[in-house]
Amino acid sequence: MRRLRALLRTPLGVCAVVLLLLVLALAVAAPLVWGAQATAVDTDAIQQGPSGAHLLGTDALGRDLFARTLVATRLSIGLALLAMLIGVTVGTLLGTAPAVLPRRAGRVIVAVVNIAVAFPGLLLALFFAVVFGVGTTGAVLAIGFATAPGFARVAQTLSASVAGRDYVAAARIAGVGRLRVLVRHVLPNIAEPLVVNATIGAGAALLSFAGLSFLGIGVQAPSYDWGRLLGDGLNRIYTNPAAALGPGVAVVVAGLAFNLCGETIAAALGHRTPLRRLLSRTSAPAAPVPAGADDTDPVLRVEGLSVRFPTAVGWAEPVRGVTFTLGAGEAVGVVGESGSGKSLTALAAARLIERPGVVAADRLEFAGRPLLSAPERELRTLLGTSLAMVFQDPTTSFNPTRRIGRQLAEVAQEHQGLGRRGALARAVERLAQVRVPAPAKRAHQYPHEFSGGMRQRAMIGMGLMGTPRLIIADEPTTALDVTVQRQVLRLLDQVRRDTAAAVLLISHDIAVVTQTCDRVLVMYAGRIVEDLPAAELTERARHPYTRALLAVVPDLAADRDRPLGVIAGRPPEPTALPAGCAFAQRCRYATDECRSADPQLTPVGDDHRLACWHPVTDSGADTTDARISVEGSR
Amino acid sequence: MTTELRPALPATAVRAWRSPWLLFALRRLGRFAISLWVLVTASFLMIHLVPGDPVRAALGMNAPASVVRARRELLGLDDPLPVQYWHYLQGLVHGDLGVSVSSNESVASVIGQRLPATAQLAVLAFLLVLLIAVPLGVTMAVATRGGRRRGGELGFAVSAVVLAAIPEFLLAVALVYLFAVNLHWFPVAGQQGPLSFVLPVVALAVGPAAVLARIVRVEMLAVLGQDFVRTARAKRLRPRRIYLRHALPNAVTATLTLAGLMLTSMVAGTILVENVFAWPGLGAKIVSSILAKDYPMVQGIVLVYGVGVLLVNLVVDVLLGVLDPRSTIREA
Ligand code: SF4
Repeated sequence: MRRLRALLRTPLGVCAVVLLLLVLALAVAAPLVWGAQATAVDTDAIQQGPSGAHLLGTDALGRDLFARTLVATRLSIGLALLAMLIGVTVGTLLGTAPAVLPRRAGRVIVAVVNIAVAFPGLLLALFFAVVFGVGTTGAVLAIGFATAPGFARVAQTLSASVAGRDYVAAARIAGVGRLRVLVRHVLPNIAEPLVVNATIGAGAALLSFAGLSFLGIGVQAPSYDWGRLLGDGLNRIYTNPAAALGPGVAVVVAGLAFNLCGETIAAALGHRTPLRRLLSRTSAPAAPVPAGADDTDPVLRVEGLSVRFPTAVGWAEPVRGVTFTLGAGEAVGVVGESGSGKSLTALAAARLIERPGVVAADRLEFAGRPLLSAPERELRTLLGTSLAMVFQDPTTSFNPTRRIGRQLAEVAQEHQGLGRRGALARAVERLAQVRVPAPAKRAHQYPHEFSGGMRQRAMIGMGLMGTPRLIIADEPTTALDVTVQRQVLRLLDQVRRDTAAAVLLISHDIAVVTQTCDRVLVMYAGRIVEDLPAAELTERARHPYTRALLAVVPDLAADRDRPLGVIAGRPPEPTALPAGCAFAQRCRYATDECRSADPQLTPVGDDHRLACWHPVTDSGADTTDARISVEGSR
Repeated sequence: MTTELRPALPATAVRAWRSPWLLFALRRLGRFAISLWVLVTASFLMIHLVPGDPVRAALGMNAPASVVRARRELLGLDDPLPVQYWHYLQGLVHGDLGVSVSSNESVASVIGQRLPATAQLAVLAFLLVLLIAVPLGVTMAVATRGGRRRGGELGFAVSAVVLAAIPEFLLAVALVYLFAVNLHWFPVAGQQGPLSFVLPVVALAVGPAAVLARIVRVEMLAVLGQDFVRTARAKRLRPRRIYLRHALPNAVTATLTLAGLMLTSMVAGTILVENVFAWPGLGAKIVSSILAKDYPMVQGIVLVYGVGVLLVNLVVDVLLGVLDPRSTIREA
């Protein structure tokens, strides 16, 4: 039922089903309705072209070709299904046998299947056609056996994946025999994908059969299927092309019906990811930005930044009006739970949000240049040399097919007009600078030959190819283990001191941020809720959320190896934000005012901004505030 | 999988770097040799699996018993199976594929005459497939990223499915009708001059090109969603460079396996297309030989096709190894 509904969900699926039912109905009914007409010899109408009486003309005995094409449906479809049945049966046996047989025999079968799969079906079919003899029976067997290795491979893969599941392992440990495990547990689980594959395979078998008959190896006269009619028609293509084209169209339509049905079921049952990833498309059209850097020249100036994504239920706005500036050489950390919008804020500031995401801001300037109004082309050199990115996972962030050195050198080649050799020399220099040992040799290696920490260092080195004024590091240490984390953070710090670049460090780990940064921005549900100097975080933090974050880190100096504490409750979905303060559901201080009016980020003293109606006043006293519900660990 | 190389040990590092490649090459050659052996054995056994007496079948019911006996002797069919197998292998080593039952010609020389025509067809068709599919797939991927141009995407997908569902021999028939019979642009059949290549090559290439273009698009989209593409964008490389230098090689490695399968099935597809165009290649010959029950000839041609398929697979494997350094290391 689920399958049927999945199939009927799309217009294409409906078409496919209707087409398939038509073909099957024709296969049943055509010989009954047109059978007599198809065999009626008419010596007065030999080899005629298409006419009102004979839509596709007549053959050498004056038989009506249209009727013959329709009648041939039964044989063509029937033979294809028969061949498919043989293929699936033999294939499933071969594919699942290794699970039952002794290890060595199983391996031989797997090896033979692997070799057979490499040969194209038609070649196998010809081979078996020779062995089984020319004719209908031989062709059915030939196509059946020719498709078997493919199904064996599918069955093998499927049963291997099922065999790994817990209940199969449990059954095995409980002493259930291999054959029983296969029949009771494995086969039922691989039946569905096998049937889907067989449906697609039936279309292919239909075409192969037409091919064999067309070559004269399949169905023999006086029987006829589409391929046979087609072969006869080809000889007369000058006088009556319809004789060949009619059965040709029939083959294609029927083949398509099977194919489409199979494909749509497969697509509907498989995983479909409508939005492959939240972040995937070019930067967005945005509000015009007032030009001109009036006051002092911060490296990054962000005002009213928002990021929106279309979802099934309307627009989601995971970043809603973020405002901050980053001075030259300043290190600012952004903390918050996952989903707080901190990474998106960083990506938006770097102009790396892709369609369908939309970025808007009252002001977004890097080094005095508006980022949103200028076309990408004009900003390329500026951003390519002055803004460096360090991403979370160094394993996936390097191109696996290019050597590390080349990936670094590219920056200098693209933006600084260096030649291949000069750029590579600089890359080696930068690798040395980020303390990659044996940099000249390392530059010629591929990313997979680097360890995680080394890759992250190389990534930082890549940012140093230009003359960075800002380094945006998005969870740069999350994917690394603790000792390496420290090294990478220390390196970032060192680089900042050496180059006077500003750093925007995104992290869910408040301890990391306080250690490395001058200032901390705390984000919640797409907003900055508190902004204060890192050194005074523990004493001056006044937002209940900041305090909760601090509370779940037992001791800032403690080992960060242990899992972080979790604040009870979950942040609201970006598509379903409450009217008032977004934190109200989880906040012990929440009042009716909180639930109706949204607090804005306002200065509450030197270097301190806060968005809360009821700031926590007993600053610094107890980080384990009893009034905030806190779970110590997961 | 990561192979961790300890720094500052150049000698061992070099050795460790070289050995995966050697292992890789040996492994692939070994696989090739085993497949070849299976193929040769299968083609040897083919003639013995045929029910009844293959010589009687080839010469017909009316042939005198003495002639049949003489021919059986000539083919060595009365020797014990292992002896025959040994002789067969010996013959292969010397390039001797036996003698046609129906015409007495040497199978090897017939193949020698006809192989070039088939090979030309297959290679040209494959080049055409790549020439169409890769640029088309990449363009469609770039044009339809992030859910843009839904209509274009649907049109592309539907036409690709339909084109892929038309078997090459049907397309060949349609092409003959349109461009040879009606328009007289190209010859109807035979191999005379460059123009005669057009229709068979197109007939062979269209279906695979449609399939491959879809695959290239999907692979390309998947690659474009990966982190390292974001890194490339963060480096502010030109879009063309991101697509062609960073994304495409990663999509190609994944596509190549399928392209290899496609090439092998195109080798088989030539059999059908050659029969439509009366092409003087192996495909026309194998079919007529099967119908004439000329088993030594069939045996020889099957062997040639099989070796062709194995060679294609070997080349694809090696290319994969060169293009995607991870695959070599992973397996070694
Ligand atoms: S505004 Fe109210 S609900 Fe929001 S954090 Fe402050 S006290 Fe809590």
